[in-house]
Amino acid sequence: MPILELDQVSKSFGSLKVTDDVTFGVEPGEALGIIGPNGAGKSTLFNLITGNVRVDAGRVSFDGADVTRTPPMKRCHAGVGRTFQIPQPFEKLTVFENLVVAAAMGSRKAESEVTDRCADILVRTGLVERANVLAGGLGLLQRKRLELARALATDPKLLLLDEIAGGLTEAECRSLVDTIRSIHASGVTIVWIEHVLHALNAIVQRLLVLNFGKVVGIGAPEEIMASSAVREIYLGIDV
Amino acid sequence: MHGPATTWRVETRTKTSTIFMAFGALAVIAGLLAPLYVPRAALQDLFFILTMLVLAQSWNLLAGYAGLVSVGQQAFVGLGAYVMFAGVLLFKLDPLVAILLGGFAAALLAIPAGIFAFRLQGAYFAIGTWVVAEIVRLVVAQWKTLGGGTGTSLPGPATRSMLGIDLAKNLFGFRPAQAVDVICYWVALLLAVATILLVYRLLRSRQGLALASVRDNHEAARAIGVDARRLRAIVYVASAFMTGIVGALIYVQKARISPDAAFSLTDWTAYVIFIVVIGGIGTIEGPIVGVLIFFGLQKLLADFGSIYLLVLGLIGIVVMLFAQEGLWGLFASRTGIQLLPVRRLLRGGSLKN
Repeated sequence: MPILELDQVSKSFGSLKVTDDVTFGVEPGEALGIIGPNGAGKSTLFNLITGNVRVDAGRVSFDGADVTRTPPMKRCHAGVGRTFQIPQPFEKLTVFENLVVAAAMGSRKAESEVTDRCADILVRTGLVERANVLAGGLGLLQRKRLELARALATDPKLLLLDEIAGGLTEAECRSLVDTIRSIHASGVTIVWIEHVLHALNAIVQRLLVLNFGKVVGIGAPEEIMASSAVREIYLGIDV
Repeated sequence: MHGPATTWRVETRTKTSTIFMAFGALAVIAGLLAPLYVPRAALQDLFFILTMLVLAQSWNLLAGYAGLVSVGQQAFVGLGAYVMFAGVLLFKLDPLVAILLGGFAAALLAIPAGIFAFRLQGAYFAIGTWVVAEIVRLVVAQWKTLGGGTGTSLPGPATRSMLGIDLAKNLFGFRPAQAVDVICYWVALLLAVATILLVYRLLRSRQGLALASVRDNHEAARAIGVDARRLRAIVYVASAFMTGIVGALIYVQKARISPDAAFSLTDWTAYVIFIVVIGGIGTIEGPIVGVLIFFGLQKLLADFGSIYLLVLGLIGIVVMLFAQEGLWGLFASRTGIQLLPVRRLLRGGSLKN
């Protein structure tokens, strides 16, 4: 049974249909990549999965339960973790406190119970040396890592990554991919929106292509990359 | 492959804070005994400082920690005070009991006020709270039994027979009028200590961190499992309760009320914002420093009339331009000193120090 299932989900902002009759499922332990041009509705799709934006029509199920009308914090408690495309750190808290609040509130545990887990995540994401600095003072790479670390702190079953590799150098990107690979290996289901295709292809088993809010293809990466739909969108080649 | 076993711990208390705690406890004891060795005028000054401190702490909790910049706190001061008057005049309640009633009335008002104002964001929220305060003032001014627009007074016998007066009279030999001041002062001291401890406790809990996360980034807070709406609502109502109680207490001591005074934007919100901003928003120490500076300025400039307000405004602008964290914030970031620390510092493992 899929851990995440979207069934004919639609969303409009005014007259613009940003999500148009989207249906797909993600199996537990899978890693799915989402690609598509800017404005295709990728981030909106995430917001619909997390509940930050409400669907107009359709159904969202997570872990066997219908969560279509469930508020974001309850979906987080159920196991949906996410990163934001533009990092959204709690700037006046330290890096460590960013994780503590996510761990304590996200997995509903006492602060004293989450210290080790938070410290461990800081080590895994390469942030431990910055543990006690204010998150507002971090650079881009570290902000991206903090997004990832904070999402992990909520102890998610499903991790939604929104362009986490964008804007990074080649070396930074490689180390991020290694981190994500180890997270995936530990059993977390991953859905990853990314423009950096080689980073994506190092992790995901399937790719989903979104264009103008519609799913125009889903399948194995090599199949998708070779498909006429993708070539048309990305390369402007007529078929 | 694995390095040495790492043990992690979280540090919140510092050596300075432990010393400060002990010093604070001594100050509270000295404060409790102050009526014995402090002249009556000075006691009234202390009462003013303590009540402004409670107002400042509760506004700081709202604006500095919950990100709710209200300019309508006078609604809760005024309503608390008027309900206290109603309790004493209409229901013959003891003034100290009526103070509690004032607090509950303010908290009750905060529920519909919050439902209205929470629909607004940022500056619109501020304006919304102001509008609520004006509406409450206009409605209360229609309350004819409590003097309508011109206001009314507390009968002397009511305050002179309130709870604890006999204790103050018999134990320390105070005259009745003096005993009223002493009781009001003690209650103010109690409220100030309770407010600081309550805010400190909240900020040291995981709810305090959650509150800070909502202030820093509402959407992200929701995504990590924080019930942002509920948390803000609780803080708004709790701060209204504290503000209402202290408003009622202020007017037990003043014993004379009018809508314009009790719902004064300048006295109960503008000065309070000045205190918090000057001292340092988002810290517990800031309002304490701020209220002392505010009191000093008031004493210093009392004879200069409206120049006083100009100077206050100028100082406010200078601090906002050059020390946005307030004077305490500036001091704390230069020296690293925190008297009431709420930071969780990760120690141990591979981390130095």
